Amino acid sequence: MLIVDKEECTGCGACEDSCAFAAIEVIDGCAVVGDTCTLCGACVDNCAFDALTIEGAEKTVKVDLASWSGIWVYCEFRGGKLASVALELLGVGRKLADARGVKLTAILIGSETGNTAETLIAHGADIVYRADDPGLNYFTDETYGAVLTDLIREHQPEVVLAGATAIGRSFIPGVANTLGAGLTADCTQLGIRPKDGALLQTRPAFGGNIMATIECPHSRPQMSTVRPNVMKQLEHDSSRTGDVVDVTLDPAMLKSKVRVLESVISELDDVNIQEADILVGGGRGLDNEKGFGLIRELADTLNGSISASRAVVDAGWIGYPHQVGQTGKTVAPKLYIACGISGAIQHVAGMQSSETIVAINRDENAPIFDVADFGIVGDLFEVLPKLISKIEGKRKA
Amino acid sequence: MKIVVCIKQVPDAKDVRLDPVTNTLAREGVQSIMNPYDQHAVEEAVSLKEQLGGEVTVLSMGPPQAEEVLKQAISCGADKAVLVSDRAFAGADTWATSYTLAKAVQKIGDFDLILCGKQAIDGDTAQVGPGLAIQLDIPFVTCIQKIREATDKELIMERMMDDGYDVLAAGYPLLLTVVKDINDPRVPSLKGKMKAKKAEILVLSAADVGADSTKIGLAGSPTQVVGVFPPPPRGERALLTGSIDEQVEQLVEKLAVYL
Repeated sequence: MLIVDKEECTGCGACEDSCAFAAIEVIDGCAVVGDTCTLCGACVDNCAFDALTIEGAEKTVKVDLASWSGIWVYCEFRGGKLASVALELLGVGRKLADARGVKLTAILIGSETGNTAETLIAHGADIVYRADDPGLNYFTDETYGAVLTDLIREHQPEVVLAGATAIGRSFIPGVANTLGAGLTADCTQLGIRPKDGALLQTRPAFGGNIMATIECPHSRPQMSTVRPNVMKQLEHDSSRTGDVVDVTLDPAMLKSKVRVLESVISELDDVNIQEADILVGGGRGLDNEKGFGLIRELADTLNGSISASRAVVDAGWIGYPHQVGQTGKTVAPKLYIACGISGAIQHVAGMQSSETIVAINRDENAPIFDVADFGIVGDLFEVLPKLISKIEGKRKA
Repeated sequence: MKIVVCIKQVPDAKDVRLDPVTNTLAREGVQSIMNPYDQHAVEEAVSLKEQLGGEVTVLSMGPPQAEEVLKQAISCGADKAVLVSDRAFAGADTWATSYTLAKAVQKIGDFDLILCGKQAIDGDTAQVGPGLAIQLDIPFVTCIQKIREATDKELIMERMMDDGYDVLAAGYPLLLTVVKDINDPRVPSLKGKMKAKKAEILVLSAADVGADSTKIGLAGSPTQVVGVFPPPPRGERALLTGSIDEQVEQLVEKLAVYL
């Protein structure tokens, strides 16, 4: 409950301004809390008079936090391939493990994983728990969830990280809920507080308009999904050593009420835009599908892939798998060319880590130019054909 | 077929902006809307009902004004609406929310299918749908982009993946979360609007659903927000200059390493 100290409150209104939920209002010179309060604490931080406090019911069941130890990374493996986010998580996991003086463990679930476990060790893992079985060839929430839940219960890690991918965002919430563990989605920063080992999980909220830092004070493990292309992986170092442990699987864990009939890899356009080196992104400024043809042409010229802002996906010019941004994918290609994209914070949240960003937009005030390394103010119907022919000319020369 | 659809009232995220001067959130003109993904869940439920018969109940957890989105769902074809509302729910994270919704679903009674939007646009967590399924001990599938076949025994459907899609089959009871590609939500009919106006919304408190007070609200939440701050500022503007031809020329030079 958010408590207002009526003696201290001056009715200055700072709390009103800081509330994202319109849940606090100054009435007759004193703050009044409404029904939409989520106890986020933004107003408490902004109150210069210490007039606001959050009082919560104390936890009745305390977990022995100290009995949970070690940093774990779920390493996604699908269709014979390790997801690159797995290596990125081992990079940040290594730092967390070293800060805590504990081991970094990789969890590998799938079928025919070959020498993937060795790759995980070369990228920083001390231990790999490998559940490799034909019954785990296709991902299902029930089977993968059962394997991971069982391992966590047995070994009691303090932190479990997973990629915020289609698979991670699906079964990890189920695992966390089963364990009664706190889970923070889509983290973009992770830190650890040395004093008590609290994982400080930072993520964008409200479409990227605010950043929030989240902790799990009473429960273990502390679980996070982390956006791909945000953390840095370590160099492959084959001199690193570690143990590979094959997990004994209970046949009951391999049963799922949901059956996978087929797994279809899209071939129409390259939808796996998170792996692309060059991305050409289209936004509302394309005006119509013909405009979209132009960015397709530019992408072809550059051997790149196509991405889009939410407006374009909502207009139906291209499918959701191509959407970049807070509600789409996070990408960090070497080159991102934003064409007719205004640069709403929701979009920028999904592409700002790109190595080089080019923006082409007719509105010189478009916020996309704030993140661009090179900006051209102009009509993309004029700029793009020239750019395409210039690139082709340079290639030939 | 008895279907429950979970919906949430959210601030329209695209309107929520930081005031660049005061660095606080500018709320003026921010509308409360039904979470866009949930509109697709309602549509899918109503079209399954039209195909197979049955009943659609919409369920929301939120403040009293969340009745608005429940009425909107009725105008789009839902039959019944339930709101779980209690100040004791404040501060609920996704665990406490899924626990509370599970208690409400159990209170509502029998169901075959539960539909949710993939995620809500205010928190973007995508955790409540799976969490609710776990609390109810039923299977779940997230990010459904198409239901290919529906019978009263099972569903054949497509789950969106990062590299394409999976085709899945599953019986009931089942919980699905849906993406926008699944359908185009209908516009409420005049008759629907009349029905919504007259609709009685069942409002349930924490005590009504038999929720354990240590498992709801802030006390029941394993995660807690400990700080909020504006996103880091962006860099300097770097616009090219000259005629369009000159700018394109410069750009191609700058990008030489990528060509």
